[in-house]
Amino acid sequence: MRDPILTREYLKRRSFIELSARDRAKCLFDSGTGLELAGPFDRIESPWLAMQDVTPEADDGCIVMRGTIGGQQAVVIAFAGAFQGGAIGEVSGAKLTAALDLARADNEKGIRTNAVLLLETGGVRLQEANLGLAAVAEIISSIIALRRHAPVISLTAGTVGCFGGMSLAAGVASYVVMTPEGRLGLNGPEVIEEESGVEEFDASDRSLIWSVFGGRQRYDQGLADALVDDDADQIAKTVRDLIAQGVPPVHRSEQIDLYRSRITALDNARQWNPEELHFRASQNKEENR
Amino acid sequence: MEQFEFNYPAKRKVLKKSHVGVVGSGDLEVLLEPGKDAAASVRIRTSAEGFKNSWKAVLDRFFDRYDGAAHIEINDAGATPGVVFLRLQQAVEASER
Repeated sequence: MRDPILTREYLKRRSFIELSARDRAKCLFDSGTGLELAGPFDRIESPWLAMQDVTPEADDGCIVMRGTIGGQQAVVIAFAGAFQGGAIGEVSGAKLTAALDLARADNEKGIRTNAVLLLETGGVRLQEANLGLAAVAEIISSIIALRRHAPVISLTAGTVGCFGGMSLAAGVASYVVMTPEGRLGLNGPEVIEEESGVEEFDASDRSLIWSVFGGRQRYDQGLADALVDDDADQIAKTVRDLIAQGVPPVHRSEQIDLYRSRITALDNARQWNPEELHFRASQNKEENR
Repeated sequence: MEQFEFNYPAKRKVLKKSHVGVVGSGDLEVLLEPGKDAAASVRIRTSAEGFKNSWKAVLDRFFDRYDGAAHIEINDAGATPGVVFLRLQQAVEASER
């Protein structure tokens, strides 16, 4: 990644981004242990899309899989970025919340169960508006209830990225893992351009987008805990390592004073460019050492 | 969105179900499972309206060779006939693996 030249290692790697959501989930489990719950043949699909002339998907774009990772119980919930931009609807949100709540119930019974969220999502599905918003609220509560017992890992590999309400879900996770191709942010580029004008943000400028939302910037800002290559084996190992590490002593979202002081220190009367933000982030990192 | 159904004669029993694809732009998902009786049935939901004849042509060609008594459901987001045919073959391959 640091040197994306076509070396032998680079060519030999198995891309994670190129895998379907189902295969992404599967490749994180100890070999052969990943079992899908509420799969496509259970046909738990959105009742709202067909009414609006949108073809539904049999799993509502949300894949729930259970098995072991590094010998520990784990549930992986993956969003299919290709279906409706991975956006959260009533059903996909309920699948995610139910999976997290079942994991919490197992933890309360003494069975340590970890959770991994593969977030490739534009946020709330507009066709399901309020139900999607309600789902995001439920998801956040469920993550916070679970993260006391076992780590909840958010992984955004790309290339859809993680935006809108679901970026808040990533924000309350125990660990955030990204690739340089992944993006993480509340308002996506096109939303910012639409709301504040092209002078504020040019959504057609890909290098600007990645230099603001991209995995490298987020990692250097301390908003992501691990930056990994687009390599299925490396990503699976990172997830295993974080699960082995367990619940962090303090969650990022509990450090309100730290992040509030950073926002206060930022002069918002002028436009900051990504390089300046990056420089500032590296200074903040030094101070935290 | 348009929905239609097609039926074809079949000879072989289908033993295993399979699921391939995703309802993403230019793609589709195929759910293939054992049918209820000794015939094949296909239910299609597609976001691209007005292509019933194209669907029939692709399925006629597919069932020229495939004789499994399968119930197939297709959720389509505007896949081209070539992609539809490949996904159907992929679903059969996955169900016979």
